[in-house]
Amino acid sequence: MTAADLVAMAPLAALAAGVLVLLLAIAARRDARLAWAVTGATVVAALAMVVPAVEVAPRAVTPLLRVDGLGLLGVVLFLLGSLATVPLAARHLAARPGPVEEFPLLLLLATLGAATLALATHVASLLLGLELLSIALYALIAYPDRGRRPLEAALKYLVLSGVSSATLLFGAALLYAESGTLAFAGLVPAAGTGSVLTTAGLALVLAGLAFKLSLVPFHQWTPEVYEGAPVPVTAWLATVGKGAVVLVLLRLLAESGALARPDAVLLLSVLAGASMLAGNLLALLEDDVRRLLAYSSVAHLGYLLVALLLVDAAGGPQLGTEAALVYLLAYGVTTFGAFTVLEERSAPGARRQHGAALGSEEDFDDGARERFRGLFRRRPAVALAFTVMLLSLAGIPLTAGFVGKFYVVAAGVEGGLWALLALLVVGSGVGLFYSLRLVHLMTLPVDAPSGADVPGRGGWLLGGLTVLVLVLGILPEPVLALVRAALAY
Amino acid sequence: MLLGIVLALLAGGGVAVLAERFGPMAPQRVALGTLVLAALLLAGADAPGVAAAWGPEWIHGEAYRWIPRFGIALLLGIDGLGLVLVALTLLLGGVAVLASWTEVESRPGLFHGHLLWTLAGAVGVFCALDLFAFFVFWEVMLVPMYFLIAGWGHEDRSRAAMKFFLFTQVGGLLMLLAIVGLVWLHRDATGALSFSFFALQGAATGSPWAPWLLAGFLVAFLVKLPAVPLHSWLPDAHTQAPTAGSVVLAGVLLKTGGYGLVRFAEPLFPEAARALALPVLAVGAASVLYGGLLAFSQRDFKRVVAYSSIGHMGFVVLGVFAFDAVARQGAIVQMVAHGLSSGALFLLAGAVQHRLHTRDLDALGGLWDRAPRMGAFALFFLAAALGLPGLGNFVGEFLVLLGSFRTQPVAAVLAALGLVISALYALRLLRRAFHGPAGPALATAPVPDLDRRELLALGVLAAGLLWLGLQPQFVLDLLGPATPVPLAGPAP
Repeated sequence: MTAADLVAMAPLAALAAGVLVLLLAIAARRDARLAWAVTGATVVAALAMVVPAVEVAPRAVTPLLRVDGLGLLGVVLFLLGSLATVPLAARHLAARPGPVEEFPLLLLLATLGAATLALATHVASLLLGLELLSIALYALIAYPDRGRRPLEAALKYLVLSGVSSATLLFGAALLYAESGTLAFAGLVPAAGTGSVLTTAGLALVLAGLAFKLSLVPFHQWTPEVYEGAPVPVTAWLATVGKGAVVLVLLRLLAESGALARPDAVLLLSVLAGASMLAGNLLALLEDDVRRLLAYSSVAHLGYLLVALLLVDAAGGPQLGTEAALVYLLAYGVTTFGAFTVLEERSAPGARRQHGAALGSEEDFDDGARERFRGLFRRRPAVALAFTVMLLSLAGIPLTAGFVGKFYVVAAGVEGGLWALLALLVVGSGVGLFYSLRLVHLMTLPVDAPSGADVPGRGGWLLGGLTVLVLVLGILPEPVLALVRAALAY
Repeated sequence: MLLGIVLALLAGGGVAVLAERFGPMAPQRVALGTLVLAALLLAGADAPGVAAAWGPEWIHGEAYRWIPRFGIALLLGIDGLGLVLVALTLLLGGVAVLASWTEVESRPGLFHGHLLWTLAGAVGVFCALDLFAFFVFWEVMLVPMYFLIAGWGHEDRSRAAMKFFLFTQVGGLLMLLAIVGLVWLHRDATGALSFSFFALQGAATGSPWAPWLLAGFLVAFLVKLPAVPLHSWLPDAHTQAPTAGSVVLAGVLLKTGGYGLVRFAEPLFPEAARALALPVLAVGAASVLYGGLLAFSQRDFKRVVAYSSIGHMGFVVLGVFAFDAVARQGAIVQMVAHGLSSGALFLLAGAVQHRLHTRDLDALGGLWDRAPRMGAFALFFLAAALGLPGLGNFVGEFLVLLGSFRTQPVAAVLAALGLVISALYALRLLRRAFHGPAGPALATAPVPDLDRRELLALGVLAAGLLWLGLQPQFVLDLLGPATPVPLAGPAP
């Protein structure tokens, strides 16, 4: 391993070092503010380490990782996501009794897992990153909020996630038996070769990853986890957690050449179509905003899969990859914004004021749709931000979500995936319906005064995310140029 | 300064929202002032250089960098067609503000903000010559209109607003697919990625995909127009919308569908448009007849006008797809005339609703005796709607029939029957609402006649219809041949 290898890995090393420092700091003194400060500093340091890493990229560091533009862009996005989680979670936990220093530690570990996934080019590093991310999440879901529902969510996630990891591992073993390598390049035998074991292995690997992405029919855990987990954890899981898996799936598909095989394309197409349709239809039936966002994420990952189907399509230079990254970015910012609204809406301080015991059943009903009735009259700034996020999720022009959707449509047209695009139109129509219904609910007058609200503007985080969604939607060119520059590496 | 007009309307909307705290009538004044400013900008938009660079049809044009990644530029330009429709948009916007000066009681700032934002989107639609920008403006005008209906509408507003939005949005998404498909066809042929209308003209010629792409555009335009069988959102949206919303919806938003047909259908797909002409003409003729018949059987004042709109806009379909210069000019005149007359009728319906809190024709009757000015104006605009010679609608319908009879005699004959039907429902509406003994709704409430503001608004519209009917040559000269195929434009 040369010095350049170490420089290339510096962002990961910074995160790992931060974890160790935080462990020691907690052992020495339990202090929530210190722990958050170390976490923030670690993430910022890792971000700074990306700059020298860019200098030596692209570079294969051991057979396990490749540090290139795509991976580093992913690392930056995930680090920014974790950085945004810090203030959200710190405020969430400030109102809870008991020690909280484990939260930042687990958050750093999960971030390390996500960053590893962004750079992984080998099944071993894939599993390493995936497990690092998942195991940290089990605890993050269950422990901050005491109650039945977080526990239920964590247990469900633990069991299903364990099964999916095993499925993935078994699939990889089958592919290994066929191809004799675990590196992404060469993992999947070329089209027309390989026995039925190849198809089985591919199906198992894709099923394992589809679980993490909550694609239909592997989506059942999603609403429970979104509803039961603390909102900052859900925000992280829905953006960084899923984004990391998207990135590793992208790399797997691009490097293994799996998309040249009709069986892989068929499997992915079915997953995409079913997710777009079922996700949107199930969201239609939900009364809880967190569950609604869960199903909506199922649908959005379905849209994203349309772009992933085209990552190595011939023709335009990597429109599929570019589309997937832009969509991921737009969706990530929007979703994080939506969960920031939920957190803002149900800030613990506000709940304590109106007397709901922390951890009580009532405490967990905050996502109920009816609670959003008349939000425009009570907290116009928060309601406006939520409207922007919902319109972006629905893909209305001048928001980030539209740019993402436009990219997916452009990629789909380029690849000639007309059937999936037709499903996308239908799904978007349904998606629009439930988004607008929520917006409309916020504009209605309030029937009875609700004690669950404190006046407030929503903070700089929410304001910044709202502006970001609009800027990405109105003047996307700088960000698109950045993504293209990263991909050109 | 076309971008200036759009930005002025957007900014004016923001100011109107904030103006609410500076007095009860401040938002109305801001809205009116913004529209006057926009009209002045439009009047000043005369760039002699553009005609030289773009082509003789163009009055004004401008281009800005936007998303070079996809060859997307903010390409804005107006020829005679664009100028007439932008002017109509601003005029009807002013009328809508004047007419509902005192009607909006809750959150007037937000109401006028949404109104101005809708108009900004509509002006953008009439100016945009880049298909991506066109689509963006197309969608942008929907969101504030949704909030206008959902927030300030009548009893069943939530459902109506949702229906309006879903219909137009799904139609819009199909159009987006078609736009991207067309752009990629063009790229495969030339290697250049461009969303410019001028580059894409005829790009699909010879491709087996052309009819499908045209169909994507047509669905969006025919939903907006609306044409049978994609019309069912319109009666609900019109009935439930507040008066200003109805005026803008009927006068401006429906015209975006007609504008799309005139501007894009034939120039972009010269061959496919002819191949699909027969089913589209059938849709147009069916709209004329079906809209008229349903208008005849309605009990609700606003629903009568709403269904009559379907019939009148059917003539626009006919005029465009007859592929005849006279018929096409007639279609455009018809759009303007219908914008003025249906705007006025919705205004009158709103005035009735505001005074009597009902639109039910069974409860009305005898209004003329109580409010003679209202009755006189109703007679005037209903006469316009039934195509009385001397008023704008007659010119439009006559030219459409004249032109289309040369190329499509069967469709023209069928549509001519629509003129008879429109006389029936117009006179029935006048009789049920304004003549006869006083209806039950009049027994309990006093009926103040039209006030000065309403008289001014209706007077402007009436003058416009008279001018269009007696001096159509001015507008016809302005339109020229009305988008020859292909249309000359700026060098890429």
